[in-house]
Amino acid sequence: MRGRKLGKAAFLSIVRNPMRSLLTMLGIIIGVCSVIALMALGEGSQRDIEEQVASLGTNLLIVRPGSTHMGGVRGGAGTLGSLSMADAERLGEGAVYLQGVSVEVREQAQVIAGGNNWNTGVFGVSLAYPQIRNYRLESGAFFDERDIRTRAKVAVLGRTVADELFGGENPVGARIRIRNVPFEVIGVLEPKGQSPMGSDQDDLILAPSTTVLYRLGDGRTVRSIVASAVSAGAMESAKDEIRDILRQSRRQLPGAEDNFRIFDQSEINQAATRVTGTLTLLLTSIAGVSLLVGGIGIMNIMLVSVTERTREIGIRLAVGARPRDVLVQFLIEAAVLSLFGGILGIAAGLGLAWGLYVVAGMSVVFNPAVIVVAVLFTGAVGLFFGYYPARKAARMNPIDALRFE
Amino acid sequence: MSATILVRDLTRVFRLGDVEVHALRGISLSIERGEFVAIMGTSGSGKSTLMNVLGCLDQPSSGEYLLEGTAVSRLGAERLADIRNEKIGFVFQGFNLLPRTSALENVELPLLYDRRRRIADPRGSATSALQRVGLGDRLDHEPNQLSGGQQQRVAIARALVTRPAIILADEPTGNLDSRTTLEVLSVLQQLNDEGMTIVVVTHENEVAAYAGRVVELRDGRVLRDFPVEGRRHAATDLSQIYGGER
Repeated sequence: MRGRKLGKAAFLSIVRNPMRSLLTMLGIIIGVCSVIALMALGEGSQRDIEEQVASLGTNLLIVRPGSTHMGGVRGGAGTLGSLSMADAERLGEGAVYLQGVSVEVREQAQVIAGGNNWNTGVFGVSLAYPQIRNYRLESGAFFDERDIRTRAKVAVLGRTVADELFGGENPVGARIRIRNVPFEVIGVLEPKGQSPMGSDQDDLILAPSTTVLYRLGDGRTVRSIVASAVSAGAMESAKDEIRDILRQSRRQLPGAEDNFRIFDQSEINQAATRVTGTLTLLLTSIAGVSLLVGGIGIMNIMLVSVTERTREIGIRLAVGARPRDVLVQFLIEAAVLSLFGGILGIAAGLGLAWGLYVVAGMSVVFNPAVIVVAVLFTGAVGLFFGYYPARKAARMNPIDALRFE
Repeated sequence: MSATILVRDLTRVFRLGDVEVHALRGISLSIERGEFVAIMGTSGSGKSTLMNVLGCLDQPSSGEYLLEGTAVSRLGAERLADIRNEKIGFVFQGFNLLPRTSALENVELPLLYDRRRRIADPRGSATSALQRVGLGDRLDHEPNQLSGGQQQRVAIARALVTRPAIILADEPTGNLDSRTTLEVLSVLQQLNDEGMTIVVVTHENEVAAYAGRVVELRDGRVLRDFPVEGRRHAATDLSQIYGGER
């Protein structure tokens, strides 16, 4: 038996009945098309979510004062509840699983520049902050070691703040007043957009930690400490390390409950994973149902085709085809039909996703693995649903088949 | 030299519910190489059943069937398919060509199943088979572009192409008018003259007159088995009757 000839015969039988072949393949085409398009969109939105999570900071860990003390009496809580610059310094010196530690002193303040004013959060931070939080400079410079030591009145503006106060002008070098304290603008940050929680990450001012703490704040309250772990795999070790160092730094007795809390991105990641997990399940069921329907369509047409071609089968058996040859011939036809539909469906799906990208601006990701799987799967669908009709053909009695009218 | 076909006490019983139908009731027959035999009989005489058994499309209920010395009556479906491919060429009443397929491809069809590659050059062999039946200029014609006589000659070429031990023709002229009947018979006679063993099943005495021997069946038994006296020659008749016309 010559496989190449059988493949050609199968191909010809599809081309000779173009309308019927198209209708037969329609189920597979629509199924594969929707799967490919939805996969591209699904992966696109997953990538968006991942990028948003990453924009929060690389392997970000956030330390906050313990909640039991959040509403506590100020006098005693000053040392126990709140975090301090010293805590951050000890973390920076002692931790091996952290590659950057920064305090975050936050003051909500009215900011004035010329005739404009804006209310925003002023963050007193350490040098490592931009790296931890993934902020990059658009223009100007960041403050340095000396600025922190001297409590320099310098500020780096987020994109939103720069736009609100200066419109289109470059604010670097300009003077602003934060709660009536004069500052010099030394840089502007690149825009980061929304956080996964929906807040504007560009509506802020960064200034040296000491400046904000002593010139704007109460000289004591550090709102939080942020740090980035050396790698995603080191997150748990880094958390343990932070806990050890902070308990020591804050002189907590053994067995006492932590008077601080450590947060990481895992909650956000879990939510994102849940969403994509649901999406994947949905897509898989759509794929399953549509390929099932498409497969049944193929089986139906193959059964009709086997009946129509009873005489041909009789002739083939009479001139020496073994039952197995007939089986293989019809299996190949079903598989080729299904594969053909799959390939058309992939083309249509890619076109649809591309159209959504161009017209609606949706983010799409084309995954070659999905295409390979789609091709293999449609071939398998053809073989599976083609088997019953093919077996029916192969089991025909040549005498009856030849007499069939 | 042993016979091409040797059949002993062949029976074939069909069961239709509780009823047993004895289509063949013990047939013994020997056909030598190079013979042209007409199997005759009325409908129900068992000639179609015998034809199916001789063509390895059906298995006898009992008895023995040797085809070129091979006992084929006990072979499985796969081996029977090989025997049909290698040793038997069929010609049917209804031509049974594949539609929308060129004459050449129709003739090549059996070679698709030539597992042992007995025929080295399928395309060349198919072409020369069509030339032998006088259709060398119709290679690319599809069945619906050919007359009945031409279609039957394509079918004969298809039977020839595997160089079989025997050509089995089942009412080969049943669908043809008298002129094309003569055309087809002359092709068969010509092949027979070249040494091919041919068995024709027919109920028409006119057709049997062109064979060399007649085996007449009745009720599943051989009624008579006799050589044809005054055998007619189809090519001669053709030129006498339709002489000048082309």
